Amino acid sequence: MSISKLDFLKFQADSSHILSQRNAELCAHGPILEQDIAITNITLDLLGQARNFYQYAATLSGDPVVTEDSLAYLRNEREYKNLLLVELPAADWSYTVLRQLFYSVYQYLVFEQLEKSTDLQIAAIATKSLKETTYHIKWSSEWVIRLGDGTEESHSRIKKALVDYWPYTGELFIPAPYETETLLGFDLSALKYGWLKQISAVFEEAKLSIPENIFMQTGGKTGVHTEHLGFLLAEMQHLQRSHPGAIW
Amino acid sequence: MTLHDLEKSFQAKIDAEIKIEPKDWMPDAYRKTNLRQISQHAHSEIVGMLPEGNWITRAPSLKRKAILIAKVQDEAGHGLYLYAAAETLGTSREQMIDDLHSGKAKYSSIFNYPTLTWADMGAVGWLVDGAAILNQVMLCRTSYGPYARAMVRICKEESFHQRQGFDALLVLSKGTPEQKAMCQDAINRWWWPSLMMFGPKDSESTNSDQSMKWKIKRKTNDELRQHFVDMIAEQIKLLGMTLPDPDLKWNAEKMHYDFGEINWEEFWNVVKGNGPCNKQRLEARNKAHQEGEWVREAALAYAAKKAERLQKRVA
Ligand SMILES: [Fe+2]
Ligand SMILES: [Fe+2]
Repeated sequence: MSISKLDFLKFQADSSHILSQRNAELCAHGPILEQDIAITNITLDLLGQARNFYQYAATLSGDPVVTEDSLAYLRNEREYKNLLLVELPAADWSYTVLRQLFYSVYQYLVFEQLEKSTDLQIAAIATKSLKETTYHIKWSSEWVIRLGDGTEESHSRIKKALVDYWPYTGELFIPAPYETETLLGFDLSALKYGWLKQISAVFEEAKLSIPENIFMQTGGKTGVHTEHLGFLLAEMQHLQRSHPGAIW
Repeated sequence: MTLHDLEKSFQAKIDAEIKIEPKDWMPDAYRKTNLRQISQHAHSEIVGMLPEGNWITRAPSLKRKAILIAKVQDEAGHGLYLYAAAETLGTSREQMIDDLHSGKAKYSSIFNYPTLTWADMGAVGWLVDGAAILNQVMLCRTSYGPYARAMVRICKEESFHQRQGFDALLVLSKGTPEQKAMCQDAINRWWWPSLMMFGPKDSESTNSDQSMKWKIKRKTNDELRQHFVDMIAEQIKLLGMTLPDPDLKWNAEKMHYDFGEINWEEFWNVVKGNGPCNKQRLEARNKAHQEGEWVREAALAYAAKKAERLQKRVA
C-alpha cells in the first residue's frame, strides 16, 4: 500500500472529523432549536464521512491493530493532518456558518474529482458525500447571506469572522506531498478558481467582499497545527488514553 | 348550551374515547393542565439535552459518538413536536421558553443531576429514557389529540434510546475492572432519581384524580413506578450488576418486586431548585438563548428585506 494514499485518506478523515468535533460543541447550545438540529445533522454527516475514510485507511494499512478508533483516538497533534481551518474555535454562529461554507464548497470540488477515481472505494465515498455536501453548501450559503445582509450587528460579526478565518483558506488548495497530480489524478490547485467563484457569488448576495493581499497560514496538512488542536485532542482522546485497550 | 351541558358532553366524549382537538370546547382547567404538562414535557426534552450533550466531545469511540449525537438531536426533535402540540392550546413557544428561562415553568428534575462519567450515558439511556417511555407509552392514548399524536412519534425513538443505553452498559459490564466499576457506580447514582421521575406517591399527588378522569393520565404514579421496578429488576440481571436497594425483593404473592422507600426529602429539594445542577441547567439554556438573540434578529431582518424586495418586484 502506498504511504501517500494512506496519508491522503487520513487527511480527509481528520479534516471532517475535527470539523464535526467543533460543530458538535454546539449540540444543545444552538441559537434556535431548528438550527441546533440542522448543525447537528451536518455534524453527523461529517462524522460519517470521517468514519468512511478512517475505515478504508484502516483496511488499507494491512495492520490488524489499526482501526477507525485507533486512527482517531491514538494519534497525536503532529500526526493529525487536518486543515488548520477546521480546528479553530468558533467565536459565534457567524464563524460556524462561514467556515461551513468554506469547507463544504472545498469538499464538493474535491469529491467531484474523487468520484472519478480509479479506486472504487474512494469513488463510492465521494459519491455518497457529494449528496450530503450539496445540502451543507445550501444551508451555509443561506446563513452567510442572512447574516451578511441581516442587521448591522450580524454584518459586522460575520465580517470579523471573515477577517479571522480567511488566512486559513489558502491551505485548502496547496497540494501536500500526498496530493500531487500523479497521486490524486487531478490538479488540486486548479480547483481554487472554482472555489473562489462560488464563494464570491455567495458573498455578493451577503454584501461581503473577498479580502485581498492576506498572508495565508499553512501547516495542517503536514501536521504543524495551531495551539488549539492539542486541547481538542486531549478532550476527545481522554477516555481511550486513560483506559488503554478497553472496548467501548 | 349551558356550561354544565358543555362539561357533560365534553366528559361524554372522553368516556367514549374520542380525542379532544384544539378547536373543540374544553374546560379551562383541562386546557391549563394540558398546557402545563405538555410544555413541561417539551422543556424536559430540551433541558435533557444538556447532561448528555456534556459527553459528546469526550465520547470514547466514533460509533458511540455518532449514537450519542443522534440521540441528543432526537431529543431536540421531541422538544419541537411538543412545543408545537402545546401551541395548539393558545400559548406561543416564545412565551413557554421565557417561562422556562425565568424559572416559572418546570422541567423533569432528573436532569438536575450531573453526568459524571461515560457510564452515565448508558445509565441515562437505560434508566431515564426507560422510565420516560413507560409514561410516554401511556400518553400515546392521552385524551388531547395533538399530545397523543406527538407521543406516538416520540415513543418509537425513545425505545431505541433505551436499547442503546443498555447496550452501552452491557459493553462496560464485560469490560475492564475500571469499566465494570464505572458501570455499577452510574447505576447506583441514577437508580433512585429514576424512581422519582414518576412523581409523588398516589396518596400525595394532588392533580391525579382529575387527570385520570379526563384521561390525560391513564395510570397512576405508583402503578407506573411499580412497572418500572419490575422491568429493571429483571434487566439488571443481564448486566450482572446490582440495584442499590437492599429491600428489593420478588414478592410472589403480589407478583411484583417490593422495593425500599424513596428519599422524598431529596425529591422535594431538587424540585425546589436545590439539586446539584438546577442552576447550571438554567444558566446554560439562558446563555444559549441570549447568545442566539442577534442570530434570530438577523434572520428576521433578512426575511423582512427579502419579502419587501419581492413585493417591489411584483409591483
Ligand atoms: Fe425524548
Ligand atoms: Fe430519549
